[in-house]
Amino acid sequence: MTLREVETPPPRQEEGRPPEVVTARHPLRWLGAAVVLVLLAMVVSALVTNPAWEWDVVRQYLFAPSVVRSVLLTLELTVLAIGLGFALGTVLALMRLSPNRLLSAVAWGYVWLFRSVPLILQLLFWYNLALLYPRLSVGVPFGPEFFDFGTMDLIGPLTAAVLGLALHQAAYAAEIVRGGLLSVDHGQREAAAALGLPPARRLFRIILPQAMRTIVPNAGNEIIGLVKGTSVVYIMALPELFYQVQVIYNRNGRVMALLLVAAVWYLVLTTALSIAQHYVERHYGRGRA
Amino acid sequence: MNGPMVELRGVHKSFGALHVLRGVDLEVRKGEVLVLLGPSGSGKSTLLRTINHLEKVDRGSVRVDGRLLGYRQAGDRLHELPEREVLRQRTQIGFVFQAFNLFPHLTVRQNLTEAPLSAQRRPRAEVEPLAERLLTRVGLADKADAYPRTLSGGQQQRVAIARALALEPKLLLFDEPTSALDPELVGEVLDVIKDLARGGTTMIVVTHEIGFAREVADTVAFMDAGRVVEHGPPAQVLDDPLHERTRAFIGKVL
Ligand SMILES: Nc1ncnc2c1ncn2[C@@H]1O[C@H](COP(=O)(O)OP(=O)(O)OP(=O)(O)O)[C@@H](O)[C@H]1O
Ligand SMILES: [Mg+2]
Repeated sequence: MTLREVETPPPRQEEGRPPEVVTARHPLRWLGAAVVLVLLAMVVSALVTNPAWEWDVVRQYLFAPSVVRSVLLTLELTVLAIGLGFALGTVLALMRLSPNRLLSAVAWGYVWLFRSVPLILQLLFWYNLALLYPRLSVGVPFGPEFFDFGTMDLIGPLTAAVLGLALHQAAYAAEIVRGGLLSVDHGQREAAAALGLPPARRLFRIILPQAMRTIVPNAGNEIIGLVKGTSVVYIMALPELFYQVQVIYNRNGRVMALLLVAAVWYLVLTTALSIAQHYVERHYGRGRA
Repeated sequence: MNGPMVELRGVHKSFGALHVLRGVDLEVRKGEVLVLLGPSGSGKSTLLRTINHLEKVDRGSVRVDGRLLGYRQAGDRLHELPEREVLRQRTQIGFVFQAFNLFPHLTVRQNLTEAPLSAQRRPRAEVEPLAERLLTRVGLADKADAYPRTLSGGQQQRVAIARALALEPKLLLFDEPTSALDPELVGEVLDVIKDLARGGTTMIVVTHEIGFAREVADTVAFMDAGRVVEHGPPAQVLDDPLHERTRAFIGKVL
């Protein structure tokens, strides 16, 4: 047998036209899509046609001043808790990675403690701090005091809520930031050090921006979790979104409609955050394929 | 000053129980190109890293251009310098890594200007044109605004060399600059290094490229088990080594 006989003949092309590509069909995929479509239609219909949802009541309360104010408070709690939480979390992460054993141990202990105690318990604890320490003072540790406050005046329900949420968040943020810092290739630190960059510059210009690629998706989860998580502060009678709709439906009995109002607002907030996350990720992803 | 650019005396370094450098003595004159050869694990990278204080020595001294590196001598004691001082010393020594280690989130231009701006605090008006000149010198003037990931390995390493040069260092250290490259890209990087050598830059190059050593090195040093066992002109060390270990190694690499 000669080599020539083994070769397959070249496909014949009529009038030099390239062969047409026919995509394979997936009948099961189509069937699945059809079933899902029908189910979706049923859900929508059930939502729209059942008068018990009282869409007109939803519309009426969606932009009611008290509801809008409660949304703003929810936002405020989220922003403060995330801002303070991640600031403290970053410090904790750096402490944890420090070669100093004491700093590292303290950071580990913090994360251990604040991840172990349920948030709701911490909130009540801060709220009731005045019972333990009726007065707080600012001064030299174990030395003279300069200012002195009644704990009640200093830690109102809002401060207690922000404090509780932020301290709790810091424990999770610390782990997220630490994971991000560890994900950056060691060679990057070496190169930055070899170039003589000052330590702060190494961290903020070289390491953190690269760590952000891992930090942002996890932080996004945390922030969205916290938007909804702020609803636990209703136990401190703070008029955030969830507390506010409860107040209203306890008055007028329109439970379902008002729960829908809250749901719509939570959806709006988390959607806005998801969109923001997309852009932040794109920013920190630059230079990567 | 007419002393040597680099002077190592009795340098020892251990990682835990592993005694990696066992009393290294080495001298590199100004303008000299020293090629450092040696089997894997003999301590070549560690030695280079002690020269810019990325690794502290346990014993012995490292001097660059007559100045003790990372320490201040008072009587017979060495006091470690504050970090700021060590960083300033490092800006006088360029380091090129095997894995390039470019900053992936910065453009090529930003990679070059970062250290002159923030470590040397030079004005941007001076640093930007310098970056342009250096990129032209390594043949990458058109890549200033590209991100490192979009470049080939050879191009990335040339950027890394330009980045080291942007500090206008007295001394350049190369740790296997072509080992991570595809064979067809090795030449372009070696050409840049040869060009620097001709320009009179003092450098220490760790490499397995014997041809390069023969062509460019003023001196070849051979390291084995944490010591420099042989040191001399390329013709002597490469073709007529004194030590059996050197002979065996060169036989293997060639
Ligand atoms: N940071 C470190 N911690 C512990 N051991 C280390 C460290 N750096 C290097 N070593 C060890 O020191 C020895 C010498 O390493 P070094 O990288 O200097 O060798 P090398 O001559 O550069 O080898 P190669 O040709 O493989 O690069 C090796 O056994 C290595 O595992
Ligand atoms: Mg090495």
